[in-house]
Amino acid sequence: MARIDVRKTYKLYIGGAFPRSESGYSYEVTDNKGKFVANASLASRKDVRDAVVAARKAFGPWSSRTAYNRGQILYRIAEVMEDRRPQFEEAVRQSEGGSAALARGQVDAAVDRLVWYAGWADKLAQVIGNANPVAGPFFNHTAPEPTGVVGVLAPQESSLLGLVSVVAPVIVTGNTAVVVSSYARPLPAVTFSEVLATSDVPGGVVNILTGDAAALGPWLAAHMDVNAIDLCGVAGSPELATSLEVAAADNLKRVRRAPAAEPDWALDPGLSPMTAFVEQKTVWHPIGI
Amino acid sequence: MGFEYAPAPESRSIVDIKASYGLFLDGEFVDGRGSSFKTVNPATEETLAEIAEASDADVDLAVRAARRAFRGWSRMSGKERAKYLFRIARIIQERGRELAVLESIDNGKPIKESRDVDVPIVAAHFFYYAGWADKLEHAGLGANPQPLGVAGQVIPWNFPLLMLAWKVAPALACGNTVVLKPAETTPLTALLFAEICQQADLPPGVVNIVTGAGGTGQALVSHPDVDKVAFTGSTEVGKAIARAVAGTDKKVTLELGGKAANIVFDDAPMDQAIEGIVGGIFFNQGHVCCAGSRLLVQESVADEVLARLKRRMSTLRVGDPLDKNTDIGAINSREQLERIRELCEIGEAEGAERWAPACDLPSSGFWFPPTLFTGVAQAHRIAREEVFGPVLSVLTFRTPAEAVEKANNTPYGLSAGVWTEKGSRILHMASQLRAGVVWANTFNKFDPASPFGGYKESGYGREGGRQGLAAYLKGAEA
Repeated sequence: MARIDVRKTYKLYIGGAFPRSESGYSYEVTDNKGKFVANASLASRKDVRDAVVAARKAFGPWSSRTAYNRGQILYRIAEVMEDRRPQFEEAVRQSEGGSAALARGQVDAAVDRLVWYAGWADKLAQVIGNANPVAGPFFNHTAPEPTGVVGVLAPQESSLLGLVSVVAPVIVTGNTAVVVSSYARPLPAVTFSEVLATSDVPGGVVNILTGDAAALGPWLAAHMDVNAIDLCGVAGSPELATSLEVAAADNLKRVRRAPAAEPDWALDPGLSPMTAFVEQKTVWHPIGI
Repeated sequence: MGFEYAPAPESRSIVDIKASYGLFLDGEFVDGRGSSFKTVNPATEETLAEIAEASDADVDLAVRAARRAFRGWSRMSGKERAKYLFRIARIIQERGRELAVLESIDNGKPIKESRDVDVPIVAAHFFYYAGWADKLEHAGLGANPQPLGVAGQVIPWNFPLLMLAWKVAPALACGNTVVLKPAETTPLTALLFAEICQQADLPPGVVNIVTGAGGTGQALVSHPDVDKVAFTGSTEVGKAIARAVAGTDKKVTLELGGKAANIVFDDAPMDQAIEGIVGGIFFNQGHVCCAGSRLLVQESVADEVLARLKRRMSTLRVGDPLDKNTDIGAINSREQLERIRELCEIGEAEGAERWAPACDLPSSGFWFPPTLFTGVAQAHRIAREEVFGPVLSVLTFRTPAEAVEKANNTPYGLSAGVWTEKGSRILHMASQLRAGVVWANTFNKFDPASPFGGYKESGYGREGGRQGLAAYLKGAEA
């Protein structure tokens, strides 16, 4: 008799733990042919709030790590992902369809992107910060610091490469993240959270909620303890994006606006995914004997 | 103490204030289509001039003029644009005394500040950004940096000409054209700047100035053909602007309110610290978004600091802004004076103890003595809200961790001060304070090369320095 396989329960990832949604709700996830794959947790407003609390708690220690250490940890994420490539390839193919080669390409690019961002950890300040030659006897310099807790509405289509491309720049700069995954394609995000949990990423630095960006986005955008928001996940819904941007103004969140359509994630990201979520701090001190 | 000073007024004969002013559109002064308002000297309540209030139609004309001018200005080589900005910088220096006197008359700030701080930094700002105009591809902000288009800029009344320079200089250097709205109570130096643009032969439409109040500003920032909005002012209006531009492609920088902590440790260089505290809160009558309005003093030296601070405050001279010995000038408007009075009354009602030195205030005009509150709790409104006046709240702390906690306990995050002789503690504090500018063993220093701007609800984007270019170039966010 054939062995019956042991199926995985796909859960949320909050504060380093894997809870179900406190709401008790789940939703059916199908593969790209419409066949049932799993029930994913349907995150609620309360889950968003719990995730923000976890992210805020993690922000102080994470932002205080050395840039070198954050780079090491991002590289570790890449290593662990590389190790689980077949699993990610299957998850991406199941979610996005297409050939095995196409899925493999997505996973390769996602791992490579993590390695790329890992290297930025101890370089960004050197590229976008500067010494300022002021007209007086003062030491004066400007360097970037993380903005704080960043809400990330992850892309709906690119379930892994897109996800990694919006999460890595947020955390490599020292921010912590509350991520809402693709609604229809959430499973690679859940598997990614299992990688995070085993890659020396402190609990709470990345929190991943599976669910509906249109339902969760308003809570995240209006949350007064969230400092910034990436609206990528509502690309193509300009009215929703506008309402989220309006809500974000309540505490002047930094907003990375939604593009008209999902970008080509294979392109060089440039610096803007990182610079969108850093603050520039200028420090003065007199010079004297 | 005990010194008597004879009056030493700066002559106002150098300025020629017209009875009425129109708008500056497309290189010419024109009559507005809307109504008008008066600008007054806050030190005397004398009406200085009648100012046109730009209507929506006027704003539209200004934006159209800026759009027409954009084509030529943005295609002009950076080398040539630079020369216009250098010209403007030089004319500002040449007419420096005139600008300083006019600023003090319209704003109420002491002549020694307008003459020695505002106007020199204004000229320096144009010099600094002039030099960038032909070096943008080396700024590290992308390979082929391009201007955004028409910038709508709305500035406050506390540093009228300086805020104009912060907005106009980087915008023009990057190849944008601008429509600027000065504050309702302080339009005169902006209108004199328009004349300077004429003297510099700046192409028509590159700089347009629309005077007016909130409605004019609203029309400008929400105009569909404005590509960039730059605002300095209150957090409340900043939020309204952020909502107004939601869903558009407009790029926005907001430089908003603050409630800065000025932290004095027990090993601080005490003489400098006292001067820094005084300069931090009483500079420009406390009408400074980055003012050090919350003094956090280590408990062990609190009594000494307070005693010395009170002694120093007793020597501050409040009065005629044009007197060269004046330390604290006039409050900019009756409305602002009422707000300061109200918050101070609330401070007393909430249980804080109010102190001000004996001080003769002129009988007409808007005045408020340098004031401090002790026994202030973090929950008190005078410790949370921006007073925007010469009012200092004093709180104490025991440990560095407590100082950080209290300093960061505010929705604002514009600036902070730290006073200690211990280098490692300075760097630790500087890294922990959630504020865009940290002054260590100094306070309220400004320079065109030094980026300035806030964290959290103090706004976003930076003005000054290389970072200040990013606000006016496509795709640049550093």
